[in-house]
Amino acid sequence: MAEPTNEAQPVVAKVRCRYSKSGRMRFASHRDFQRSLERAVRRIGLPVAFSGGFSPRPRISYANAAPTGVASRAEYFDMGLTRDVSTDEMIEALSAALPTGFVIEAASPARGKLGERLSSSHWEWCFEGVGDGAVRNAVNQLLALNSVTVVRMTKSGQKEIDVLAPWVDHAVSASQCGDEGICAILRVVLHHTTPAVRPDDVLAVLVERTDLKPPRPVLMTRLAQGPFDETSGLPGDPLA
Amino acid sequence: MSDSIFTELEPLLAEVNRPVQYVGGEVNAITKDWDSATVRWVLLYPDAYEVGAPNQGLQILYEVLNERPDVLAERAYAIWPDLEALLRSNGLPAFTIDGHRPLRSFDVIGVSLATELGYTNLLTSIDVAGLPLHSRDRTDADPLLVVGGHAAFNPEPIADFVDAVVLGDGEEAVLSLTEFLRDWKQQGAPGGRKELLRRLAASGQFYVPSFYDVRYADDGAIESVVPNRPGVPWTIAKHTLMDLDEWPYPKAPVVPVAETVHERASTEIFRGCTRGCRFCQAGMITRPVRERSASTVAEMVDHSLAKTGYREVGLLSLSSADHSEIGKLAEGLADRYEGTMTSLSLPSTRVDAFNIDLANELSRNGRRSGLTFAPEGGSERLRKVINKTVTEEDLIRTVSAAYGSGWRAVKLYFMCGLPTETDDDVLQIAELARRVIEAGREISGRRDIRCTVSIGGFVPKPQTPFQWAGQLGHEETDRRLRLLGEALRADRNYARAIGFRYHDGRPGMVEGLLARGDRRVGAVIEEVWRRGGRFDGWSEHFDFDLWRSCAEDLWEDQPISLSWFTTRERTRDEILPWQHLDAGLDADWLWQDWQDALAEDEVGDCRWTPCSACGVCDVMDTMIQIGPRPQSAAEWAPPTGVGARSPAERSGADG
Repeated sequence: MAEPTNEAQPVVAKVRCRYSKSGRMRFASHRDFQRSLERAVRRIGLPVAFSGGFSPRPRISYANAAPTGVASRAEYFDMGLTRDVSTDEMIEALSAALPTGFVIEAASPARGKLGERLSSSHWEWCFEGVGDGAVRNAVNQLLALNSVTVVRMTKSGQKEIDVLAPWVDHAVSASQCGDEGICAILRVVLHHTTPAVRPDDVLAVLVERTDLKPPRPVLMTRLAQGPFDETSGLPGDPLA
Repeated sequence: MSDSIFTELEPLLAEVNRPVQYVGGEVNAITKDWDSATVRWVLLYPDAYEVGAPNQGLQILYEVLNERPDVLAERAYAIWPDLEALLRSNGLPAFTIDGHRPLRSFDVIGVSLATELGYTNLLTSIDVAGLPLHSRDRTDADPLLVVGGHAAFNPEPIADFVDAVVLGDGEEAVLSLTEFLRDWKQQGAPGGRKELLRRLAASGQFYVPSFYDVRYADDGAIESVVPNRPGVPWTIAKHTLMDLDEWPYPKAPVVPVAETVHERASTEIFRGCTRGCRFCQAGMITRPVRERSASTVAEMVDHSLAKTGYREVGLLSLSSADHSEIGKLAEGLADRYEGTMTSLSLPSTRVDAFNIDLANELSRNGRRSGLTFAPEGGSERLRKVINKTVTEEDLIRTVSAAYGSGWRAVKLYFMCGLPTETDDDVLQIAELARRVIEAGREISGRRDIRCTVSIGGFVPKPQTPFQWAGQLGHEETDRRLRLLGEALRADRNYARAIGFRYHDGRPGMVEGLLARGDRRVGAVIEEVWRRGGRFDGWSEHFDFDLWRSCAEDLWEDQPISLSWFTTRERTRDEILPWQHLDAGLDADWLWQDWQDALAEDEVGDCRWTPCSACGVCDVMDTMIQIGPRPQSAAEWAPPTGVGARSPAERSGADG
């Protein structure tokens, strides 16, 4: 008998989805989401195309996943389908099939390369039990430095990344959350670099290089991700 | 009311490894309203989520209990040291991952003991939950701690820590325990937990260790095990579930978000095994064989795939190719899922029950997994000792067929330290591997044929013919493994084609201590745990010196020791710690089987040779249930059918 091989299934439609992860599911890793999605897709019978060969894989591609523990309102993936489906129905069925905390927020036909459409992110840090003045001071201390590097292990060895280089803009506000009452909200727009500066990198340098000492773990959220829009100074919509 | 501690837990999760394992919320997970239930269970698996979540036993009980309207069951798994430290420093209790409720709020904590190496983790869970470590110190405010699973067939090493023990199949046992609890609660908990335990013990269905006194003789051996109050039976029998078609669980398995060791829709195709491998505790304690019908299995697989979205189906049992309708089953499933990217696997396949048609069906729809066989012993002589009656010709014929059909790699499992084993028996593994490669190269005409030899130390287990055997010491095990490694590498013509994986002998010594230990071992477990022992089944956490020094310290002036419990051969008249716990196996039959092993005499399988009178069916009032079968359970063949089926009938559709 010959080796069992499978022919690649033709992709008729390629759909790009935005999803959010929040609540308990912010603790899911990117791979955890991937597994959950692939199983949800099969449970609802979505016609996802499979690659060919010895070990066929569903044609779903991802870019720039938020780190484990970070919530997000703007994660993206592309999915190849063997036939056209109603986007609205797909969004509803897929969201219902995913574990609570993952929601498909929007979808549209994929145009261009996903990675190239995701060139900037809008991040948020919630400092529970900290006043906005303290965060404002800390950010000013940080930005007064010329460059602030963090070290990252990459495939090609250790690499230094300047946290300030992709820093576009920021805003600090006072808010209320949790039992502690007050909290400070920091929002920063970052260009995507290679390797990208992650929200935990920013938090690390804020704690290491300034007087800011958050008494509680800091909740981080990606608010938006997309092509940088010069007019608004924020990430635009990659589905547009 | 029991409130979720998730709000307090959430900030801690940001600081631990793989936090997703603690958050629950998986597809098919169940969280019921606390007040809707009269009896509330925790199902605790004392190992990491990634190992415990796919466990079939726990999944089954989770559904069986939650299907009852006034019962709720939530899951809990072992907590890793990083979270344990944070829970302790923040004053938070051990919790369930479904409702994140404190374990101590529940009525009963049911613990599934698949192996002995989870005992220290069990102590962590009990302690962080806020329960007193010892059963005798618990009050009416504490839940009942009940253990079951294979290791519970000798629960004596953990007797001080548990309140009650279930032997055998759990489905009916958990429902029965639920009844006892419900009645007792509704009566206003008369007599407190003592009375509840008395009722459980008096029923004969549950073993309550505290109701038995164990006395020891001067030489260290057990002198007597005696009930210490009236109305408590002298022996406790295992539970046996009949008519598995009536219990098609799990129906909707929980689909983990976290990565786990088995990612597949597992369906148990039969329970029990009578092949009679003498080292195999599972095969001895789960008799008789009870098959699910091909149609029930097909329905269960269909349901499970629809509810989970998995791409792999695992047909589980102790020896899956032995199912009387396996050929028909595999072909039917392969047809049904053709073109759906769904693969089939038979995790436990015997060399002599395997055939290439079956293998081709299994790999028809996509991924072809490697073939794994377990000859267990390297020489034919040794395979007679262990009653794993696979001839070398069987093995060569089977692997040749596989290599001839396109497989390139075969994995072979062995054990080291089997009773009567010599260096020569071990070295014959190398010879066998060479012959496998040779046969593969010849039939396929290729050089890229591979064979992996995987070997670990043999640990004698209770309720088996080898329960009397002396375990091979770890130094000697390691020496024999080195010898084998050298032999495998010696011949350059084969060295690259043969892979060698082995486990060193030390974890086996602790497993042996815990498997055949008595109540005096409990103090060692506790001391190891107090000195930081955790996750003993994980090589990166296992600390042999810790176990050895705790045993030496505690038993300094006593006749017992680590080697007394492990490497010492027992005599026929010694009272074994588990002698009052009845798996149905006749003690004389077990002893005779041990003597037959030493004489290299084999015993047949009662499914197709005459009954060897192991005693289980008579004592437990059970019978073999194998198909093809009538539609209704009431039409089962009478037990006189034992041994009536010939091998030709058995092989049926897969010829």
